[in-house]
Amino acid sequence: MFKKYDIIVVGAGHAGCEAAAAAARMGSSVLLITMSMTNMAQMSCNPSMGGIAKGQIVREIDALGGLSGIVTDHTMIQFRMLNRSKGPAMWSPRAQSDRMRFSEKWRELLESIPNLDFWQDLVTGIRCNEGKVVGVFTALRMEIDADALILTNGTFLNGTIHIGEKTFSGGRIGESSAFHLTENLNELGFEHARMKTGTPVRVDGRSIDFSRLEEQKGDEQPGKFSYTDTPPLLRQRSCYVAYTDPDVHDVLRKGFDKSPLFTGRIKGRGPRYCPSIEDKIERFSHRDRHQLFVEPEGWNTAEYYLNGFSSSLPEDIQYEALRKIKGFEHARIFRPGYAIEYDYFPPVQLLPTLETKIVERLYFAGQINGTTGYEEAAAQGLMAGINAHLKLHKGNEFVLKRSEAYIGVLIDDLVTKGVDEPYRMFTSRAEFRILLRQDNADFRLTPKGFDLGLISKERNEQVLHKQEQIDEVVKWMKGESVSPEQINPHLETIKSAPISQKIKIFQILLRPEVSLQGLLEVLPNASSKIRSFGISDKESLEKMEILVKYETYIIKEQEMADKLTKFEDLVLKDDFDYQQLTSISFEAREKLSRIKPRTIGQASRIPGVSPADISVLIVYISR
Amino acid sequence: MFTSNPEDTICAVSTPPGVSAIGVIRLSGAESRHIIGKIFQARDKSFTSMNAQSHTLHFGTIASGDELIDDVLVSFFLAPHSYTGEDVVEISCHGSPYIRRRILEELVNHGARMAHTGEFTLRAFLNHKFDLSQAEAIADLIAADSKISHDLAMSQLRGGFSAEIRKLRDQLLEFASLLVLELDFSEEDVEFADRSRLMELLQQILQKVSSLKDSFSLGNVLKQGIPVTITGRPNVGKSTLLNALLNEEKALVSEIPGTTRDAIEDVLNINGVTFRFIDTAGLRRPEDTVETMGVERTWEKISKASVILYVFDISEADTSSILEDINAISEKIRNTGSRLVLIGNKTDLLIELPHHFRELVEMETIFISAKRRENVNLISESLLRSVESDKIGDTSIISNLRHYEALSKALESVTAMIQGMDEKRSTDLLTIDLHAALHHLGTITGEITTDDILGSIFSRFCIGK
Repeated sequence: MFKKYDIIVVGAGHAGCEAAAAAARMGSSVLLITMSMTNMAQMSCNPSMGGIAKGQIVREIDALGGLSGIVTDHTMIQFRMLNRSKGPAMWSPRAQSDRMRFSEKWRELLESIPNLDFWQDLVTGIRCNEGKVVGVFTALRMEIDADALILTNGTFLNGTIHIGEKTFSGGRIGESSAFHLTENLNELGFEHARMKTGTPVRVDGRSIDFSRLEEQKGDEQPGKFSYTDTPPLLRQRSCYVAYTDPDVHDVLRKGFDKSPLFTGRIKGRGPRYCPSIEDKIERFSHRDRHQLFVEPEGWNTAEYYLNGFSSSLPEDIQYEALRKIKGFEHARIFRPGYAIEYDYFPPVQLLPTLETKIVERLYFAGQINGTTGYEEAAAQGLMAGINAHLKLHKGNEFVLKRSEAYIGVLIDDLVTKGVDEPYRMFTSRAEFRILLRQDNADFRLTPKGFDLGLISKERNEQVLHKQEQIDEVVKWMKGESVSPEQINPHLETIKSAPISQKIKIFQILLRPEVSLQGLLEVLPNASSKIRSFGISDKESLEKMEILVKYETYIIKEQEMADKLTKFEDLVLKDDFDYQQLTSISFEAREKLSRIKPRTIGQASRIPGVSPADISVLIVYISR
Repeated sequence: MFTSNPEDTICAVSTPPGVSAIGVIRLSGAESRHIIGKIFQARDKSFTSMNAQSHTLHFGTIASGDELIDDVLVSFFLAPHSYTGEDVVEISCHGSPYIRRRILEELVNHGARMAHTGEFTLRAFLNHKFDLSQAEAIADLIAADSKISHDLAMSQLRGGFSAEIRKLRDQLLEFASLLVLELDFSEEDVEFADRSRLMELLQQILQKVSSLKDSFSLGNVLKQGIPVTITGRPNVGKSTLLNALLNEEKALVSEIPGTTRDAIEDVLNINGVTFRFIDTAGLRRPEDTVETMGVERTWEKISKASVILYVFDISEADTSSILEDINAISEKIRNTGSRLVLIGNKTDLLIELPHHFRELVEMETIFISAKRRENVNLISESLLRSVESDKIGDTSIISNLRHYEALSKALESVTAMIQGMDEKRSTDLLTIDLHAALHHLGTITGEITTDDILGSIFSRFCIGK
């Protein structure tokens, strides 16, 4: 019934969708197998994309030719650029999306890719021959052939849902979990462990008194995620802010003896940075209130997501506590919050291409690697799809450096350090965040996307041209002066010190209170000059301003990054026998043998490998 | 970088070359006990080197066949409790070059290999016996030729210096975690440490780093010797005084080429402190250009010295030129921390101190007769006071150039950060300087910087939606 595919992707979440799209668009024949064709690209938790560090990832995915940014732009109902008041490394786009349209748009885009087929089924086993993938077994007792396999099983592997003392098997509420695959992977030699995550109640918006909540509007001039010509956001829906109080906490405490978290029924490790409300009350008992965000689930739905109220307490306790919150006195709920435990495979079992070390042509992406978040999953899916295709057709690989992209940081962290709680991206995980800005993802990655075949020639040339033009303008601003007569009136209106003699435009722009937009309004020469370069759009102006204002910081970080690259270039052989290095610690020997770092740089980031161990390693490889 | 086999057992003479009372030959490696067993016969006939206990000393003889080479003491240090972390044997023999050479020959004949320069220390490093900064201290220790310099190296060796830097870095790291927290959770109403307290902490760190950095000059001075300049008008007895000083101490005196090609420096060791005496051409009104150059050089040397001994002739009736000199020198060294000590020479020519010099007693003045060597010991005592003991006992002293540079860069970063906070720069920009500071401090102890920040966050703050 089926032909032999190049690649099978298992799971159609954020990772699976990106993986299938990338591999198919690069030219592989791909089969996407999902348990439910109606639930593709679900936002299982909050209806939002982006945020701090995550927004940068979505921009990177888009710059490389992934689709998450395009889907978000088409389906968003609110856009905010977070951290505008901070430096440009922190500017992070975040969108509320229409949950249902998001899923629908993804399916529409996937169905438009010619090389991509779909099949609704449950994959129960992997077929291997001589350590290489040859296909899958499914619950419908099919055997499908493929040269490579990408597993993106999310929270479905032996998923268990907890609500109070009730326990169900399930991969998401209302959906069954996936059996047999973990056991099959164990037989192949993979280790697995358990993780836990949770989600809050969904509330009926018709029962919320919004007048008692703080409104949080979208940006007046909303931006976008994609560098392509996706439609602008013309109208937006608001979010709201609510707070818990001691009464709410008292009610929640009543359910603690039935909490699967506290009774020890949940064994999996949950994310510390995304704790359930009961966890917050227990661990931070001195705080008398916690902030909650009330987020609409779409354009045309009354359903609201109560961000910050994640819980696995009994549903009646959740309901009673909810009604103690100001504005929620008469609230009704659509579904309760719940916790879910699932199997994941410690990602140190992977190569930096996301291919497994044990079985060739088998790739893991998304929550199966112990991560959390749509953005992190989508990024891994994209990289796994790209690498599976390259392995089959080109024999090379695509790995991003930590100084090139958050995606590089993400995957290097996973395969080098492993995870001990669900892994979420933070800006602080990146050493060089001022280089990894959301505004320059296209300059950083689009030429690479073009080389891979995911970006059109036209789009790539546009980016290259734009980069050239922006550099030209910045250079021009360094050489072009303005006189006191030209600029002082403007400086006066923005309360900036007047100048007494001619000064370069570049110098003026270094002042924090001076904006490029403002300067162009009073300097017709500069304005027409920039127009003559053909880059007077808002985004380009912003890029120029960042390059000027933060130049010294950018240079400092680039220097540090170049220093680090030295160690990334010191290559360690795959078959290096660490056990013979008796002069390094036992722990380091074990870790190095297990992780098989590719470079000294990667080795230095392995927990348990000390700087002294690294010095020894350097001495040995230089001999 | 290093091309020998670490499996080899290596040997070398550990004491300086030349004739000495005793010489020490060191042997390190897995075969050490085996090799020494072939040539060493202990007085205690029941002793065999293969059964030797660690940290024990054995008397006996080393022979080559029938030829007795020497009576020796052999000490055993077994792995890992030895300097290199391997089995180490130390042979104390008599210090003749012939004996040492013969013993080495025997060791090599029985399987040892001559060690390369620094190979013992390299092995110790490879076996985790110390970190980078301690390795440097050992190099200093070997080069140390005075007591204080030795103390300095010893305290660095014991990790005192690394520990201090590590403590500093931990404080900074805590600070970094607060700022990072603020960045990654800026959407939430988390409580952050207040800025004035953070600023206070930064200032503390600034002070600490800069005092460590400043101690570099002291540390370096102690290692290389404290520079002392003897100056004054011609024929006031400068040379006689120098000779008197050198004689008085009967200490090790050597002539080494100085920092400037034209000068010869005399090095004098007083109670374990090294002083470096810089000769000057003397002070005189410049009358021709050759003279001008000499006087200029003298002033240059005065400005480089930690102690200036200004010698004058108390039998001189005209004090105005002397006072002129003193004022000029005082002006030159103002705010430099250098000391001016006045030496009134030629007390042998007078019965009592002339009235017109009484006012000089207000300043630190020592009256001597260099010719008769009277009171010259007072100058030695005065010089020793230049080394304030508290600066050496309690505070860490930086004497290594690499550390100095790292501290300077860290200081630069902390200063940039304080400035950034004053200018209310965004936190993410501040962290660039902060991470640079962490990096530079980390390079001293060999710690790597970026990853340990997140760890401390979650236990202390309630964050997350």
